[in-house]
Amino acid sequence: MSKEKKMKLSLPTEELVGSGNLACQGCGATLAMRYFLKALGPKTVLCIPACCWSVIDGPYPYSCLGVPVHHSAFETAASTATGVKAGLQMTGDNETTVVAWGGDGGTFDIGLQALSGAAERNDDIIYVCYDNEAYMNTGIQRSSATPLGAWTTTTPVKFFKDQPKKDIDAIMAAHRIPYQATASISYPEDVYKKAKKAKDVKGTRFLHIYAPCPTGWKSRPEDTIKLGRMVVQNCIFPLFEVEHGEKYTLTMKPANKKPIDDYLKLQGRFRHLKPETIKVMQEAVDHEWTRLLKLCENR
Amino acid sequence: MPKKRDAKKINFTSIAEVPTMPMSLGSMLWNKTGTWRNIRPEIKLEDCIQCGICWKFCPDMSILIENEWPVVDYDFCKGCGICAEECPAKCIVMVEERK
Repeated sequence: MSKEKKMKLSLPTEELVGSGNLACQGCGATLAMRYFLKALGPKTVLCIPACCWSVIDGPYPYSCLGVPVHHSAFETAASTATGVKAGLQMTGDNETTVVAWGGDGGTFDIGLQALSGAAERNDDIIYVCYDNEAYMNTGIQRSSATPLGAWTTTTPVKFFKDQPKKDIDAIMAAHRIPYQATASISYPEDVYKKAKKAKDVKGTRFLHIYAPCPTGWKSRPEDTIKLGRMVVQNCIFPLFEVEHGEKYTLTMKPANKKPIDDYLKLQGRFRHLKPETIKVMQEAVDHEWTRLLKLCENR
Repeated sequence: MPKKRDAKKINFTSIAEVPTMPMSLGSMLWNKTGTWRNIRPEIKLEDCIQCGICWKFCPDMSILIENEWPVVDYDFCKGCGICAEECPAKCIVMVEERK
């Protein structure tokens, strides 16, 4: 303890997510919210549909968040945020950022029409999807964000999911929204930078944050950060941003692309997979990665 | 320096006390999530390189920075072990909780 050194922290120390929340051990969604709110600051309104975060926040009359929260119905996160923004503008408040914060079920499946509507109207909101690849809150049911081969309670081992994950980023790029990005919780500075950038853009912004879930993925809680890092290094979930649906920029290019086996081994939901299925998955990942590289090159 | 965290539980004695609009009246700090824990992190400060990575990756905001050194808040630490796994100096060890 003799060293006298100033601690250098890469993020601001202000915390808007409080302790005592109801998240599971090693929750990735809590980290996503923590980094995101560090970037946006206290002048933010959150609209949360039914998702893990509507539970993590705490029961009435408590809330662990330092910003106002509006709990909405499952399918209406984006339209609620639109309404809150319109209401704030009527009172003359143009500064407050309105955020719709949904899980992957509320974004990929149930809330897709509201999100598409908001993106088409180009309403001035940020839509954040934290992606834990199933309906974790209600008991690990399959969603359209669940990757190929994964176990869930509605796609048991014998009949594991054999459809690939829905490409929500391409859907949002087709709406030509001003700014959209993907991020992973294992790169907090990257999440912070992208959230800051989204805050300054006007129009509909879409952030897709990868948030590992130890409970649903049957992984160890301490591997949360490792999984979030591996998924980027293995090019399963590349980090990129898109402006106006056309200008693709790769923000994190892995030095050497690793095979996906290590990533699958850490998770109990992929334990049943046979080598031939893993080979098919690896080919699909390679295909998507070359497709993305092409998009980033000829922009 | 983080200030001392207060925690109080709200008990409504009559229906008149309940606000007409559903709104949050207090924080969740009364909920001591430290009781969920089976293993506890212990920081060996003599090996600490003050990188702040444990603070950065804590999902429960229970690693506090006090006088430039990390301190675990055992009231709220859920014992997930992310700090021990991610520490580059390997100065955090998870030891079994006993009581």
